[in-house]
Amino acid sequence: MASHRPLPRVPLPGQPDRPAPDAIALDGVSRRFPGGAVALDEVSLAVREGEVFGIVGRSGAGKSTLIRTVNLLERPDAGAVRVLGLDMLALDDAGLRAARRSTGMVFQHFNLHTRRTVAENVAFPLEVAGIPTAERRARIAELLPLVGLEAKRDAYPAQLSGGQKQRVGIARALASRPRILLCDEATSALDPETTRDILALIGDLRDRLDLTVLLITHEMAVVKAICDRVAVMEAGRIIEEGRVFDVFTRPAHPTTRSFVAEVIGLDVPEATLARMPPPPPGTIRRLAQVLFTGPHATCPLVSEASRRFDLDINIVSGRVDEIAGEPFGVMALAAGGSAGQVGAAFAWMRELGLIVQELDR
Amino acid sequence: MSWLSPTLQVLLVEALWETVVMVGASAAIAVAFGLPLALLLHVTAPGGLSPNALLNRPLGLVVNATRSTPFIILMVAIVPFTRLVAGTSIGTGAAIVPLALAATAFLARLFENALREVDRGVIEAARAMGATRLQIVVKVLVPEALPGLVAATTVALVSLVGFSAMAGAVGGGGLGDLGIRFGYQRFMPEVMATVVVILILFVQGLQSLGDWLVRRLSHR
Ligand SMILES: Nc1ncnc2c1ncn2[C@@H]1O[C@H](COP(=O)(O)OP(=O)(O)OP(=O)(O)O)[C@@H](O)[C@H]1O
Ligand SMILES: [Mg+2]
Repeated sequence: MASHRPLPRVPLPGQPDRPAPDAIALDGVSRRFPGGAVALDEVSLAVREGEVFGIVGRSGAGKSTLIRTVNLLERPDAGAVRVLGLDMLALDDAGLRAARRSTGMVFQHFNLHTRRTVAENVAFPLEVAGIPTAERRARIAELLPLVGLEAKRDAYPAQLSGGQKQRVGIARALASRPRILLCDEATSALDPETTRDILALIGDLRDRLDLTVLLITHEMAVVKAICDRVAVMEAGRIIEEGRVFDVFTRPAHPTTRSFVAEVIGLDVPEATLARMPPPPPGTIRRLAQVLFTGPHATCPLVSEASRRFDLDINIVSGRVDEIAGEPFGVMALAAGGSAGQVGAAFAWMRELGLIVQELDR
Repeated sequence: MSWLSPTLQVLLVEALWETVVMVGASAAIAVAFGLPLALLLHVTAPGGLSPNALLNRPLGLVVNATRSTPFIILMVAIVPFTRLVAGTSIGTGAAIVPLALAATAFLARLFENALREVDRGVIEAARAMGATRLQIVVKVLVPEALPGLVAATTVALVSLVGFSAMAGAVGGGGLGDLGIRFGYQRFMPEVMATVVVILILFVQGLQSLGDWLVRRLSHR
């Protein structure tokens, strides 16, 4: 796709390590809807050029309102919005429309024109921008293969599957060669397998077209699959933010923890626990989830803890996974011994850099 | 139609033509005025593309007032206006004026409903792609609403056939007028029956045509 981007970004001479500028910068953005709901409460956010930034939160947290302020579909009551260095709030109508063309948007419910074919849907942003027919046709001919829809160019949206509709949505969002892609729950209406396909497509397009992606979701699995950094929202505020690996392995806020548990939490099989003999008199048994990152090897740690603190340790379940290419291990273990020793063992593991979370039952 | 005398047969064909002219012309006028009116109502409504209560309220009020005036009263009430426009207040041409006025108000509301049915998401997507308000109306709102607009027009056409029969009472001619004059006043049931059957077929034809067109236009 050499023809996609007319002006490739060239590293500035003499400044090879210059940090990438922020593609999207929100500063103290607030939005209160008439009727009382505070959808955004002084949100500040910086999305760097080239990254996939995820925003995760429960329903009503303000995620959609936040992403809609980026292209000013929603005007904030207060705060600053800068996109690719442009002060969005200072633009006049024509300037805003031009700026919107440089940020593509993908929607949960696709929002395709029902009476336009696939090709005509993808052509819409080009039509709106006043691109001549011949040029539009050429552009569509490069866009459809990009999303794997050449065969469907004359189909109507009603004849497509959800995944195919979203591919049309993505092709349309990319038609005017934006540098930023905004995705509001782009996969929430899709089944898990189609979700994976669409996320893989977005990731692939990001690499090939040098895009910055701001992505909203209520599923941590989506963040884990594609994002570089993530912010967690609750009640109109960002409560936690950081590299995906860090947020997943060291969640600070309880809400984040419950989100993270959805993805990397372990099921502790009830039957296994029931089969364990009761702890001998005078001892206790505590259940903990232990997360290993970095170079730790699991088994020596467990046996070492067992020896040092005179504990019986059962590994109830465990698994090795990776986030953003970084491996980590997680296991649930039942540690039996005197109360003091169990606590000391957990403290020792934490000192070694393991993340120990006691599981209540 | 051997059960009717040759004279009556000629009258019947003339009356059918008058009905077609009255319904066709008033519907054409109603679409021409009703669509812009509906767009104006829709766009200026609260939460619309450019909300404007100062325009929306009075406009809605006028449309409602016209809609709630019984047709027979409307017809009489606007006689001076009819004379101004058509040069006369009797005959087929004159009947078109009140018919078009009533149908315009009726259609404006039906069209407005059809426009409201358009998925807000598609409008939002168009905004996100940098479309102007005019582009949104012309390239999104109207095309997406088209099947609904055609369905609304069909409903209006069918109602107009009924109203046009009433217009016969003020000398508008047409099938309804023929039915009343011969079938009722001169007590010729065979004329009445023929008129009714033709009207039924006429309405059926309109409805089927409308339905077919809606099916062709929509891709849902
Ligand atoms: N147009 C509106 N008018 C009034 N209140 C609104 C409007 N849009 C959003 N809200 C309110 O603002 C809050 C945040 O809404 P928002 O749509 O941003 O949440 P969200 O995080 O995207 O939720 P979801 O996951 O359900 O999409 C909610 O309390 C919602 O009711
Ligand atoms: Mg939302």
